[in-house]
Amino acid sequence: MLNISGIENGVVIDHIKAGRSMEIYNYLELDKLDCQVAIIKNATSSKMGKKDIIKIQGEMDLNLDILGFIGSHMTINVIRGGKIVEKKKLTMPETVTNVIKCKNPRCITSIEQELPHVFKLTDRKNKTYRCIYCEEKFSHN
Amino acid sequence: MRHLISPLDFSVDETEELLLLAEDIAKDPKKYSKVCEGKKIATLFYEPSTRTRLSFEAAMLNLGGSVLGFSSADSSSAAKGESVADTIRVISSYADIAAMRHPKEGAPYVASLHSTIPVINAGDGGHQHPTQTLTDLLTIHSLKGRLDHLTIGLCGDLKFGRTVHSLINALVRYTGIKFVLISPEELRVPTYIRKDVLEDKNVPYKEVESLEEAMPELDILYMTRVQKERFFNEEDYIRLKDRYILDAAKMHFAGPEMLVLHPLPRVNEISVEVDKDPRAVYFKQAQFGVYARMALIMTLLELSL
Repeated sequence: MLNISGIENGVVIDHIKAGRSMEIYNYLELDKLDCQVAIIKNATSSKMGKKDIIKIQGEMDLNLDILGFIGSHMTINVIRGGKIVEKKKLTMPETVTNVIKCKNPRCITSIEQELPHVFKLTDRKNKTYRCIYCEEKFSHN
Repeated sequence: MRHLISPLDFSVDETEELLLLAEDIAKDPKKYSKVCEGKKIATLFYEPSTRTRLSFEAAMLNLGGSVLGFSSADSSSAAKGESVADTIRVISSYADIAAMRHPKEGAPYVASLHSTIPVINAGDGGHQHPTQTLTDLLTIHSLKGRLDHLTIGLCGDLKFGRTVHSLINALVRYTGIKFVLISPEELRVPTYIRKDVLEDKNVPYKEVESLEEAMPELDILYMTRVQKERFFNEEDYIRLKDRYILDAAKMHFAGPEMLVLHPLPRVNEISVEVDKDPRAVYFKQAQFGVYARMALIMTLLELSL
């Protein structure tokens, strides 16, 4: 088994669906961070079978809306002094701005680059987000 | 201040109120000839649509107002690269209300976010065309006296036809509506309309290919044109465009009270010999379009007699 040491102060994003950690890494722009970041892929999980985990050493403001948008089943553990001091719950945000881009070539955003790309949650049960301009459905796949 | 961007922006009650106003206008249009005196409508047409533009302009002129605007992107500041947001900010100081047609979906909504005057979506790409829906509802309401307990046949291009999708969305809000969806396999209504709108709301519908078989039970037959620009492959277009042609012989299958609607322009899907049949109401429908737009302008400008 691969061993990655625990972190002293920072954040652990746990229960990421296996294979999606890089997507989260990119959404959260973790490449711009100076601190240590560990991405663990395909870790064994009793709940999920396989899961990904991201460990970030150091204080940072996580955009919980983005994480909630990607998958509200993930857990966010805030670590201080080597211990979990807070578990943050994720909920699907009502809107997400400039996180994803509308891919509909007929959408007004395709010709007006300065427009923010805003998606609105239109169906919580089916986790459906739609572009506020053209109503194109966003699919995670 | 309100805008009209989607056909569902008005509730059933608000739609009813607007339709009643439009019907009162239809009874005596002269009574309303000064309601908009001193008011201006800007028709901002980034793509040509002569019929819709003239309908808006006729509506405002009938109300005693005046019109200004442009009829293609080439003759507007858009050709110089101005954004929709900037255009509407400027137009807001020139006019009291704006009707916008744009090839890109969501453009009128963007305008509404930056406008200080009411914005009407006069068609945005293949997305929405709410004043066509109001026109269709007004035609049915005026000639049938109701919008509930009707069997509506929709025929032709049900896949790409936005007027069909908007009409379905608007009519499922009334009780006792049944749909008969008449189209070739390739042009059936999209799954999201079938699943999210019809099945989700338990609206009875059936999909058939034969127009003749469907006709006897219909209260309304809504014909549509198969639009060439929607096809990537010309062969498919040629194969499908003449699939349904409503002629006098086929009209024998219809009941005496069935009405034929069409958003126009037609190409050959309704034979000209049907025009003189009293059940053919598509030209009346175009007239209703002016009344619907008159009522809409008054409603958004909060004007009354």
